[in-house]
Amino acid sequence: MGEKMRPLGVPFEKLKIASFDFTCCEGCQLQLTNQEASLPDFLDLLDVRNFREISSERHDDYDIALIEGSISRQDEVERLLKIRKQAKILVAFGTCACFGGVNSLKNRHPVEELIDEVYPGMAIETLPVRKISDLVTVDLSIPGCPVDKGEVERIMVSLVTGSLVTLPKYPVCIECKAQLTTCLFELGEICLGPLTRAGCNAVCTSGKTPCLGCRGPAEEINMAAFLELVKERGLSLDDLHEKLAFYNAFEPFQSHET
Amino acid sequence: MIYKVISKTEFTRFIDALVLNNRSFGPKQVATECGGNPVYQFQQVHSVDEVAFDYSATASSAKHFFLPFREELSRFLFHGSEWEQQISYEANPVVLIGLRACDISALNILDDVLLHGHFPSPGYLARRKNSFIIGMDHLPLPDCFCKSMNHHTVTTGFNLFCSDIGDDYYLSINSSKAFSFLREFETRDPNHDDNCMLVERRKRIQNGFQTDIDVTALPTILDIEFDSPVWEKWGDKCLNCGTCAMVCPSCYCYSLTESFSTNLNEASREKKLYSCNLVDFAVVAGGHNFRPKNGDRLKYRYYHQHRGFAENANQQICVGCNRCGRACLAGINPKDVINDLRMEKESCMTCVSSSPRKI
Repeated sequence: MGEKMRPLGVPFEKLKIASFDFTCCEGCQLQLTNQEASLPDFLDLLDVRNFREISSERHDDYDIALIEGSISRQDEVERLLKIRKQAKILVAFGTCACFGGVNSLKNRHPVEELIDEVYPGMAIETLPVRKISDLVTVDLSIPGCPVDKGEVERIMVSLVTGSLVTLPKYPVCIECKAQLTTCLFELGEICLGPLTRAGCNAVCTSGKTPCLGCRGPAEEINMAAFLELVKERGLSLDDLHEKLAFYNAFEPFQSHET
Repeated sequence: MIYKVISKTEFTRFIDALVLNNRSFGPKQVATECGGNPVYQFQQVHSVDEVAFDYSATASSAKHFFLPFREELSRFLFHGSEWEQQISYEANPVVLIGLRACDISALNILDDVLLHGHFPSPGYLARRKNSFIIGMDHLPLPDCFCKSMNHHTVTTGFNLFCSDIGDDYYLSINSSKAFSFLREFETRDPNHDDNCMLVERRKRIQNGFQTDIDVTALPTILDIEFDSPVWEKWGDKCLNCGTCAMVCPSCYCYSLTESFSTNLNEASREKKLYSCNLVDFAVVAGGHNFRPKNGDRLKYRYYHQHRGFAENANQQICVGCNRCGRACLAGINPKDVINDLRMEKESCMTCVSSSPRKI
């Protein structure tokens, strides 16, 4: 608590942070405890006030709230509003929080049908899935399924040192080309790399798995040109729609489709 | 330059010896396109058998051996209120096998920019000096246009250049290092027949080009066509993905970031190859973007490539390999963009060329 290190004589304060999970797999929170080599240094930046995966201590005097998951129940809405009141910086943490994520698949079907299928005969209270920014103001988004720990470290360092928090504005192709990966379109696949925000170090595409856009749209994507190239190459539009809808990250752009 | 001839069998022995004793990279097939064409990249090779001597073109150029995609320029260490800067210019020696004439030309252009300017790049110099480059000629691919750019042959910038003359390679030896290495192997002075075969080979290459771009007065045309609708037309197709610049052998623009380490005791200055097509390439402090539209950004890539900048005496830096054209998912390629600009110009010429009417 209080002052920490003083690089060049400048005092930095630890971040009073709390992490909360909503509708999700908690995989993004788990990433916070990953990358063991720098874990002690990372935890040194933080004053953890509430984070059930690493501590049973619970305090409500946090400044930064990491919100993991999407919102799919009324009690979650209320919990989120309460957190918003306390947090100075509310972070949409991971793809579900930023875009709705895989959970959004639920929104394609009537709620009654879903309950019948998953919890037949049970009284279940549920809502269509929403991303965090549908309900509260989000100060900062860290996308990814899961989030990239290196990026989380970089952003926490920026918050501690008071420097500009940034995400790459360009698409995954840059990181893919830097690894000399063969373009998945050349292999006959639809890859959302040209649309998706970089920062993942092209982890999927360099393993020959097409990008599904978990980090959401890069800045100023050209959806019209992308649709054109998918059509010109004779690739399946169904496959394209399936991929675009996978994380619900391209919802605002899907009206372009013809 | 010293010229020698080596049989292909002996050449294989020579390359194998080089590869076994040095960190070596050569063209290797890395995938097969869905259309059946092999995809090649310069990859590390551990024996001569791994080198695809009959390769067509690598998808990415050999630029990253000299300008890495990511590179730490310096590191800062903090001790209390003191700090020190660590800079390392060390580069491990590498052998690069099979570069095309255009690839080597691109390195010569990078030399002009990065070594012969006001602020030479020590990192680039270290890597350039610590490389052993073996060039190999090839018959042009249907979309190669290096002849239009006058980069289909090269006379400097390599250690050894091999021309395929049937059962032998005709070697142009351009460094004492290459000459001494080759002394261990059986070579001979070229005879009359070898010389004839070299001339024949060069003719075949020269006459083999199917793509030609008229680049006469292109810098002027680019200046005149600054506001041409052609830029918007092609810009509308651009995905802003930066792939063109990544695969290009001569694009050298970069971004620079400084960041603290997680323990706050160190900081790092990192350089990343960037592309003028990326949306924030021309964003300045305060957030203003000098090139907010796709077409603006695409235009400046063509300006840099085909008109040149002051730092390299306004020379074109495009060598005509068409890697950008092949890699662009949106089908943007220098031939079509430049022809489009020229047509724009020509149609304009016809409308002003009619004689003024006498009154």
